[in-house]
Amino acid sequence: MKPQLVWGNPLWDSKACTSLVRVSIQTRGSAASPYVISAHNLTKKYGDFTAVDNISFDIPAGESFGLLGPNGAGKSTTMRMIGGVSQRSGGTLSIMGLDPEKYGPEVRSHLGVVPQQDNLDEELKVRDNLIVYGRYFGLPLSYLKPKADELLEFAQLSEKAGAKVDDLSGGMKRRLTIARSLVNDPKILLLDEPTTGLDPQARHILWDRLFRLKEAGTTLVLTTHYMDEAEQLCDRIVVVDKGRIMAEGSPAALIRQYSTREVLEVRFGSERNATVAAELAGIGERTETLPDRVLIYTDDGERALEEVAARGLSPLTSLIRRSSLEDVFLRLTGRSLID
Amino acid sequence: MSTVQSQGSDTAVGRGAVRPLAGLYSGNARAVISRGLMATKSSNWLVMLSGFFEPVLFLLSMGIGLGALVGTVTGPDGSPISYAAYIAPALLATSAMNGAVYDSTWNVFFKMNFAKLYQGMLYTSLGPLDVALGEIFLALLRGLLYATGFTAVMGLMGLVTTPWALLMIPVSVVIAFGFASFGMAITSFMKTFQQMDWINFVMLPMFLFSATFYPLSVYPEPIQWLIQAMPLWHGVELLRQLSVGAVGLGMLGHLAYYLVMIVLGLVLTTARLRKLFLR
Ligand SMILES: Nc1ncnc2c1ncn2[C@@H]1O[C@H](COP(=O)(O)OP(=O)(O)OP(=O)(O)O)[C@@H](O)[C@H]1O
Ligand SMILES: [Mg+2]
Repeated sequence: MKPQLVWGNPLWDSKACTSLVRVSIQTRGSAASPYVISAHNLTKKYGDFTAVDNISFDIPAGESFGLLGPNGAGKSTTMRMIGGVSQRSGGTLSIMGLDPEKYGPEVRSHLGVVPQQDNLDEELKVRDNLIVYGRYFGLPLSYLKPKADELLEFAQLSEKAGAKVDDLSGGMKRRLTIARSLVNDPKILLLDEPTTGLDPQARHILWDRLFRLKEAGTTLVLTTHYMDEAEQLCDRIVVVDKGRIMAEGSPAALIRQYSTREVLEVRFGSERNATVAAELAGIGERTETLPDRVLIYTDDGERALEEVAARGLSPLTSLIRRSSLEDVFLRLTGRSLID
Repeated sequence: MSTVQSQGSDTAVGRGAVRPLAGLYSGNARAVISRGLMATKSSNWLVMLSGFFEPVLFLLSMGIGLGALVGTVTGPDGSPISYAAYIAPALLATSAMNGAVYDSTWNVFFKMNFAKLYQGMLYTSLGPLDVALGEIFLALLRGLLYATGFTAVMGLMGLVTTPWALLMIPVSVVIAFGFASFGMAITSFMKTFQQMDWINFVMLPMFLFSATFYPLSVYPEPIQWLIQAMPLWHGVELLRQLSVGAVGLGMLGHLAYYLVMIVLGLVLTTARLRKLFLR
């Protein structure tokens, strides 16, 4: 069976699935503002520690919005505040015109949430996980039973319908969590590192799925450590570090603004990289020394490589590539995205 | 933009739910209850059964074993009853307390911090109050089953002599309700498993000294006052009087104690819900 066919099955596009939920969302959520999510000076403190420090952003309906940042940047904390399950310490937050802290249940009826850590109900079978979760939204069983089967097929877990959650592999649990988040046909999908733990094939299938949801008008908010994922899925990205926004823009704009056109990667062996880096000064616009390689930022990689050779340096390997978000990230946070 | 937004949310308030608990409650505790029932199907039956057998084993060993040494004692209405008949209602009250406290403290604490069950629930339309009410209801349902079973055992052992004794079943649920709502409020103050141990530290002496195995009159007066201030004693008295049909107006006082406990517990739990569930 070709997974593409399964996941590509236009489940959400079919009119049959445009259920009660969707209708009620549209009548309720038609706030005057063009933004479905607005955060202003959002702050979260844990004791003396500030996890999210005064950040502001507005997300229009239908946008695919990415939060990028190293470990501990405050991405998950921000997501939890949007869902109204973590109390903010300051600032304002409005989800479809409502404060999630005051109207948690109502706000969350519009949300689908994939938390960073799976929190499936270990005491229930796979299919029951979907049905019971739908019951939490007050959805009727007559709607949920076919919906659960549909979602199981989407997640390629139909054969596991009667299995215990504990018996699923890590990636399968992840897929079930993602399927679960769609049970209420959410208007906004919060995805906290959705593809962590998925194999490459499952990742691509999920991207395709998310892309379709986006086309159907769903607003996506996601965090990720995968650059390709961010570039593929996000219309707009904010880079956060230590709870603050470092930069904001489309992937292409960020690359243009914070990096050069090309990058030359040279490796001299882990012992020598740092010492050689000094001798490379002046080549290209900027160099960045990583433990395993030196990055030279330049608009012309070939010429930079010639200059390296002209200085009598012969790297073990060299590679010229286009700049990516990874480079933006490195520039802004001084850290590699995948620690 | 931000001001427009916040005004927008004010209109949304008018449009949306104006209930005071809109942020905490969606009127769907039902879903939590049906989840609990579904989970029971696959859960550990041994644990369930042990909750039922514990008081029965106490009754057999102490009632029959110790009872053989003790003989008869003076019952609540002044007439002599067997030792087993004397302690049985006290064991029932204790088991109502233990079950309710376990469900509202350890169980809630575990599901929140380890199984992350509530974390998933709270990402849906459910509010923390739905979760709390659902869990309390489940605890009471379990208490009802245990109380019914235990009363049946008492009947089989010939310890039930009046139809009044059947009222022990609903009254056990009232006792459980008091402990469950209070227990959940207490859980909201707990941060670690070590702190949870304090709960046992209070419960065990309460079990042993609340006139469970011998009358209150053996204590000096100040101790008597102390025990009468504790919740379990009122449950023991209530059930013991019902078990022999020694019904009196004094029982209303004991019931009032639980009523206050239930209301206080629920108010405190609701006030602490954000602390409990939305950290
Ligand atoms: N419950 C908590 N109590 C105290 N500190 C917390 C709590 N939750 C998060 N933090 C702290 O807040 C900061 C941000 O955490 P958060 O989980 O939002 O990071 P993140 O950006 O999602 O990181 P990652 O990429 O590792 O998932 C971290 O320094 C973390 O230690
Ligand atoms: Mg995170």
